[in-house]
Amino acid sequence: MTTISPVAPQDSTLPKVRVDMLPLLLVPVLALLMLPLVGSFPTWVTLTVAGLAMGMMVFMMASGLTLIFGLMDVLNFGHGAFVSVGAFTATLVLLPMKGWVEADSILMNLSVVGLAILLAMLVTGILGWAFERIIIRPVYGLHLKQILITMGGMIVAEQLIHVIWGAEQIPLQLPTTFRGAFIFGDAALEKYRLIAVGVGLTVFVTMFLVLNRTKVGLLIRAGVENGEMVEALGYRIRRLFVGVFMAGSALAGLGGVMWGLYKETLTAAIGGEITVLVFIVIIIGGLGSVGGCFIGAMLVALVANYAGFLAPKVALVSDILLMVTVLLWRPQGLYPVAKR
Amino acid sequence: MSEPLLELDGVHTHIGQYHILQGVDLVVPKGGITVLLGRNGAGKTTTLRTVMGLWHASRGTVRFAGGDITQSPTPDIATAGIAYVPESMGIFSDLTVRENLFLAARSVKNADRMDEARLEWIFGFFGALKKFWNQPAGTLSGGQKQMVAIARAIVEPRKLLLIDEPTKGLAPAIIQGMIAAFRELKQSETILLVEQNFSFVSALGDSVAVMDGGRIVHSGAMAELADDRDLQHKLLGLSLDNHQ
Repeated sequence: MTTISPVAPQDSTLPKVRVDMLPLLLVPVLALLMLPLVGSFPTWVTLTVAGLAMGMMVFMMASGLTLIFGLMDVLNFGHGAFVSVGAFTATLVLLPMKGWVEADSILMNLSVVGLAILLAMLVTGILGWAFERIIIRPVYGLHLKQILITMGGMIVAEQLIHVIWGAEQIPLQLPTTFRGAFIFGDAALEKYRLIAVGVGLTVFVTMFLVLNRTKVGLLIRAGVENGEMVEALGYRIRRLFVGVFMAGSALAGLGGVMWGLYKETLTAAIGGEITVLVFIVIIIGGLGSVGGCFIGAMLVALVANYAGFLAPKVALVSDILLMVTVLLWRPQGLYPVAKR
Repeated sequence: MSEPLLELDGVHTHIGQYHILQGVDLVVPKGGITVLLGRNGAGKTTTLRTVMGLWHASRGTVRFAGGDITQSPTPDIATAGIAYVPESMGIFSDLTVRENLFLAARSVKNADRMDEARLEWIFGFFGALKKFWNQPAGTLSGGQKQMVAIARAIVEPRKLLLIDEPTKGLAPAIIQGMIAAFRELKQSETILLVEQNFSFVSALGDSVAVMDGGRIVHSGAMAELADDRDLQHKLLGLSLDNHQ
């Protein structure tokens, strides 16, 4: 190997790395702007924590979907089915082990919820694998057919839930030590909401580390931008597709368990009801962007909570208004993903 | 001529309803640079994409290092030892230069384990990459992105490099640097180079094939074509004069 003169030495102005900070500032700025409007500091704290908790749960459900769209270009309107299946699968652990749920022991409560989450993620991950092979694979690249067949898949999943668990609502009891609130001054912070924030942050940090520090993560990011080039480098993008679909479905299952415990009542439509919100989040964030999805989820949930308190009638359309405002500002979403 | 590394025998490729390659016969010998010339729409890029398995031949055979790769999936072709630099460069703009090269270094699982001697060899060609090592590739200039694309193809030893119009849109000064780089590269690599810039490739190529209408209409030594202006005019038309 010989060393020669570098190519084009004049072409070497150091480009500055531009970190787009504006979207990152949106959440704290929104929260601070709402403080004088809400008026009471304890109420503002409660509303903000509630909004963040809801945002984290929405992020869990939406993060997989944004990757599925970004990497596979698949519009999966059946994503809500994994939320529902995840929540109902959790009942297979939480209902028979009611004693552990009702025990006044944080260890027993954590164990039973952890087991329920593991089972839900396993079932929804496997279901995701089957869903990709049977329903998605024949319609790659065909958006209209994707919408129709995935919506059909969700209807089938909801009906199967009715068949297996019955059409009645199923009450889902929150574990004893997850109930109640911590009181800070006049502000009450519900324990379960804080747990949801913790789980959501853990999911976000894990995804961030996987996507930025591992070869598989880099391949996923590269595949979102240019799947053909990833194949030309010698990697089987189809395997990545399947892996991401399974992981995205498992995350929706996790979100379903958390969401079900939050609502404390399950219906087969629990996933379908949140699908629109999940799509708003991934559109706001920039399709395919996990970071954008995280900020989008926080914004949607905070705006819904503040609007619900300040102007309940506006709350009904607050998510749509937020999406319109963001898209007028940034038509590709907060963090658009580069595409070939 | 040394033994053939890549052979295309009567290759036809259809893209949708369009019949692009109409019986391509091409031999790329081991070592040196084989140049594929031709006007826009002659089928040069389609030939590279067909070799790479990004579009599959509807008829004919593609043989690489003695094996039939006509219907092989793209990842298998890549792992067989062919690297591809597309016309669009195909760099991952959200990833840093280091991460772009790391993904191409299939044998290592950790970016810190990339072959340092090989990297220094690459920096010898493309010094700017060392400087921009941790910059997102999307922030680089066109010439620097082209360096990333070529560096990615050679970050590990490959048997054959397919490079599609590396000088497209680049400033003359950068093209001169590219010529120096390719001159060194061809000492150790086999390259099939698609170009329209004849003055660039006439100084580099060992053998040449000219395409027109989805077929090879001429093949031989580059020196012959470079010395014969009538043949150049006949094969490549007036556009050639504009390049000289």
